[in-house]
Amino acid sequence: MKKTSILKAARVIRSKNSGPYELTFDIIFKNKRYFHLFRKRNIITRKKVAMLYRANEDDVLKIIYFEPAYAMKITLKRWMPSGHAGESDIYGAQQHAPLLGITF
Amino acid sequence: MKKMTEFRVLSPTAILGYGFPEASFMRGIRRTPHLIAVDAGSTDPGPYYLGAGKSFTNRSNVKRDLCFMLKEGVRRNIPVVIGSAGGSGARPHVDWCVAIIREIAREEKLSFTMGVVYADIAKTMVRAYLRKNRIVPLDCVPRLTKTVLDESVNIVAQMGMEPIQAALRKGCGVVLCGRCYDPAVFAALPVQLGFDKGLALHMGKILECAAIAATPGSGADCVLGTLKQGSFVLETLNPARSFTKESAAAHTLYEKSDPYHLPGPGGTIDISGCSFTELPGGRVEVRGSRYVPSETYFVKLEGVRRTGYRTISVAGTRDPVMIKNIDSILESVTVQVRPMLKREKIPGNARFHVFGKNAIMGDREPIKKTASHELGIVIDAVAATQESADTLCSLIRSTLLHYGYPGRISTAGNLAFPFSPSDLRAGEVFEFSVYHLMPVEKQGLFKSIVLTCAGQRKAP
Repeated sequence: MKKTSILKAARVIRSKNSGPYELTFDIIFKNKRYFHLFRKRNIITRKKVAMLYRANEDDVLKIIYFEPAYAMKITLKRWMPSGHAGESDIYGAQQHAPLLGITF
Repeated sequence: MKKMTEFRVLSPTAILGYGFPEASFMRGIRRTPHLIAVDAGSTDPGPYYLGAGKSFTNRSNVKRDLCFMLKEGVRRNIPVVIGSAGGSGARPHVDWCVAIIREIAREEKLSFTMGVVYADIAKTMVRAYLRKNRIVPLDCVPRLTKTVLDESVNIVAQMGMEPIQAALRKGCGVVLCGRCYDPAVFAALPVQLGFDKGLALHMGKILECAAIAATPGSGADCVLGTLKQGSFVLETLNPARSFTKESAAAHTLYEKSDPYHLPGPGGTIDISGCSFTELPGGRVEVRGSRYVPSETYFVKLEGVRRTGYRTISVAGTRDPVMIKNIDSILESVTVQVRPMLKREKIPGNARFHVFGKNAIMGDREPIKKTASHELGIVIDAVAATQESADTLCSLIRSTLLHYGYPGRISTAGNLAFPFSPSDLRAGEVFEFSVYHLMPVEKQGLFKSIVLTCAGQRKAP
């Protein structure tokens, strides 16, 4: 069966710093149906996120489903705290792209 | 006194200095708010501003926003509460904001008393708790050591509602706070008047971002929150925007790692039992937010330490041979300058941010081969002094400009510079060093003063 892009199901896919030490990603689904589909089929796992970001599975701190907004949230340990020498995205707002490639 | 049935809070903008349309603000004023409150700060812009004692918002913009708020607030007797003054909320930031407010009072002939609450925490106090092993690192934060603490500057704590309430009780019409838990500026007064803490803080959590939580969102537009017994209602003050169930709920996700539990000074807002209901007129009513006090009252400390000075150079390449071999070229340049730096005793670190390749995601970038026909290269030199950062940056820049890499066809120069001078001093470099919880065992952690701003000159 041909896989469908996550962009069919989500209206927002974004990343942002949550304090200087964590990065948090929000996926807000277009409707209740997609929200439940992603939750039920466990489409986004810690393992998948770790692979997409070349991170250790332990650094994927949380995956939380948030029904009031039909959204899910993924929180990762930041590879480098905000503003450390060599860091590249202070607000963490441009780290979302690997999630755009998810299919279901 | 008759118990108030509702309490209206005007939130003009997401961050003091981000601006707002005058029409939205005046629409809010016509709704006769009981409080005008604004959050002025964040750690989001990184460690520099706290360390350098500078604001990340522009003085003219901050003055403009404050001018509207103070003029209407003071004249109409509506309290004005400002949190995290100057962005980072340490003493230099607060005093910067005090000077702006005094200037406005003079120019606009406004007279009022202002409570100023400082958020600076003495190192000796932190050291004492550290010795007792009572400084708790937040998630992903290294344990605090004595050395790191000694090197840290401008340590502040996020204050809760209590110091704001104390200033309001003294009759201050304006309260200016150092580093402050964002929702506290919105919740302090209504909670003091008997409104529910959970609802007030949750409403504050949304109002602190002003119209960001509306749709279409904006960080530079006003919203009104109405706190009632048992719920709160959000509405926009610009007909072009509205709140929806999803926009209000989704905001709880923003910048937070757990949307159900929002920790703050002394406790957590638990929104797991919340309901969001749409009302006519683009409004949303929220019910069920609860405040759960923690066993120990903790405040969050923030502090930074200086790690050096930075000089940068912005350049680019349009050469296909250079683009193809960019990694090995940059590596060779680094190797070539190493002995020279050693000889001149310049300790420091130079990095390249290669835009068009992996400047944004670094090693995490899944696309390894760039498809771009041009690359932006930012040389980022950090060293122990500004002069050595200049030397380091200059050496790397000139070496890269004329480096003879294998297969080179364009032999006049490898870089295009958009600016003269090509090298720019970026000043001090800081990193976050304190991001820990400290217990509060007695009142009075936050020092406050009361100032009289008398804009009206007395007749001679």
